[in-house]
Amino acid sequence: MAGAPHIEIRDLTMAYGDFVVQRDVSFTVRKGDIFVVMGGNGCGKTTLMRNMIGLLPPAGGAVLYGGEDFWSAGPEDRERLKRRLGVMFQGGALWSSLPLGQNVGLPLEEYTDLPPQRIGEIVSFKLALVGLAGFEELYPAELSGGMRKRAGLARAMALDPEILIIDEPSSGLDPIAARRLDELILELRDSLGATIVVVTHDLASIFAVASDSIYMDTETHTMIATGDPREALKSGHPTVRRFLSRGAA
Amino acid sequence: MTAAHSSAANRGAAGWKLDSRRVAEDELEIALAGRWSLDENLPSAASLDASLFENLRRLRFGAAELGAWDSGLPTFLAELIKRCAERGIEVDRSGLPLGVQRLLAMAFAVPERELARAEAPGGLLARVGTATLEFFRGAPEMLRFLGEVTLSLGRFVTGRAHYRRAELWLLVEQVGPRALVIVSVISFLVGLILAYLGADQLALFGAQIFIADLVGIGMVREIGALMTGIIIAGRTGAAFAAQLGTMQVNEEIDAFRTLGISQVDFLVLPRILALMLMVPLLTLYAGFVGMLAGLLVSVTIFDIGVFEYYNETLRALELRHFAVGVSKGLAYGAVVAFAGCLRGIQCGRSAEAVGEAATSAVVTGILLITIVASVMTILYYNLGI
Repeated sequence: MAGAPHIEIRDLTMAYGDFVVQRDVSFTVRKGDIFVVMGGNGCGKTTLMRNMIGLLPPAGGAVLYGGEDFWSAGPEDRERLKRRLGVMFQGGALWSSLPLGQNVGLPLEEYTDLPPQRIGEIVSFKLALVGLAGFEELYPAELSGGMRKRAGLARAMALDPEILIIDEPSSGLDPIAARRLDELILELRDSLGATIVVVTHDLASIFAVASDSIYMDTETHTMIATGDPREALKSGHPTVRRFLSRGAA
Repeated sequence: MTAAHSSAANRGAAGWKLDSRRVAEDELEIALAGRWSLDENLPSAASLDASLFENLRRLRFGAAELGAWDSGLPTFLAELIKRCAERGIEVDRSGLPLGVQRLLAMAFAVPERELARAEAPGGLLARVGTATLEFFRGAPEMLRFLGEVTLSLGRFVTGRAHYRRAELWLLVEQVGPRALVIVSVISFLVGLILAYLGADQLALFGAQIFIADLVGIGMVREIGALMTGIIIAGRTGAAFAAQLGTMQVNEEIDAFRTLGISQVDFLVLPRILALMLMVPLLTLYAGFVGMLAGLLVSVTIFDIGVFEYYNETLRALELRHFAVGVSKGLAYGAVVAFAGCLRGIQCGRSAEAVGEAATSAVVTGILLITIVASVMTILYYNLGI
């Protein structure tokens, strides 16, 4: 399934002012991978995601999409690269003034020439995929946290992005909804060939979906492991084994 | 009977192709071919000829010549399957690629929710009725909040209220000294307007010296308090509503409730105290700035002497005018804080609701200021103050 390098992170340093969150982070996500970014609380997972999606420039290093350096590209090229990404934020980040249908449909209206009826059909299908069929007219405030999160994923998928970046997909979801979301992530990779980066510390999700991963350490402020998490559990770095076995190893 | 059905409408300009043919009298096969992606101007299931579905009991698919596809294909098929379900047509998806089958299975795994949203009644009369009912539904809530605030003030007076003194002083700084610039600008301009307005009329009687009386009494007694109240309603009342509204969105107020801590003591009381303390002082300050503007206009434009103006102002102003102005400032501060906190506590749980709460706080604040100003003016008049 895995193919050519799709995303490359080279010697990335993440910092807030003088405080360095992580340094020398390097990894490659190949086409069709489901790549999991793991680490304890405060290790910089979300900061890495913000560096990758263009919300926060890194203190050093490079983020490459298909060999193109995101942060050294000009504003127009950066916008073009951003359009290859679909991002699901931790809490869904739905626009509260728009009903769900418009939340999912807005990217389609902005970036395609599709007629309204087709957009409506696509919105219905994407919402159905995340188990929210028929919720088009509801506003985010009328949904539970888990529903908002799933709707956020439907919006991230609206344009069939080639790269999907998902922040904490299963936190706040019941086990059945979390498993369904894991299945959907696998299905999006298998059926649509998307490359998926998942930022999470949910062990069940990690073992269910990951084909590759990195572990970022809070104490040493750098990555201490890469590879299949199942292998890391058996013979990886002691810190990673402890993390993957909930402190038992 | 086998009938072939194919038309230009069933073919995309660049790639997709859809052929349908009857494989039996009541069975249709739809053959998908070419490239089915969102940028190919794919067909809508609604655009398919309705005659295709006539006397149909079964639909199946062929995808032998299907090329690349994205979510555009399952979107089209999902709509088609829904239409077939409405007509009681059985759909055999086994001829579709496995990925499409799996995506469709996921999409249909959770049944579509039948929304039962309450429709707002139409018509002007119905809307007026609904708005009136909403208003009366809100009145008890406002009274309950007023009761809670009164009890909290009672606890404060008897030293039993739980709040953070540091936060009170921080609020005092935010609502008082930081509002000085805007209060100065507005009061100066209002004083200037009053002086010009007075000069225009008093000149008819050669009595321009009385600009000092008009500006002095007007600013100290009424206008200073009113303008300060309106400024504070827009500046601080909205801020209170937004702060408490955001706390409502973040469940911080729920946390107070579950811990049994009075959110009125902790959040509302310091805000009301801060405004009740600072608005009277700002009112006094606004009065002086207004009088300064009057002096400036009188001296530079109407040739009235500085000491003349000063003496006339001293002669006109009495302690009761200051008392009236300060008491009004106190009342306006209280109602603005009350409105801001009430709307913040009542706020919904979305960003939009926070905006509505801030707007509503300003509207309610100004409305309450107007009502309180009218009542106090009539009261003071009748008391001869």
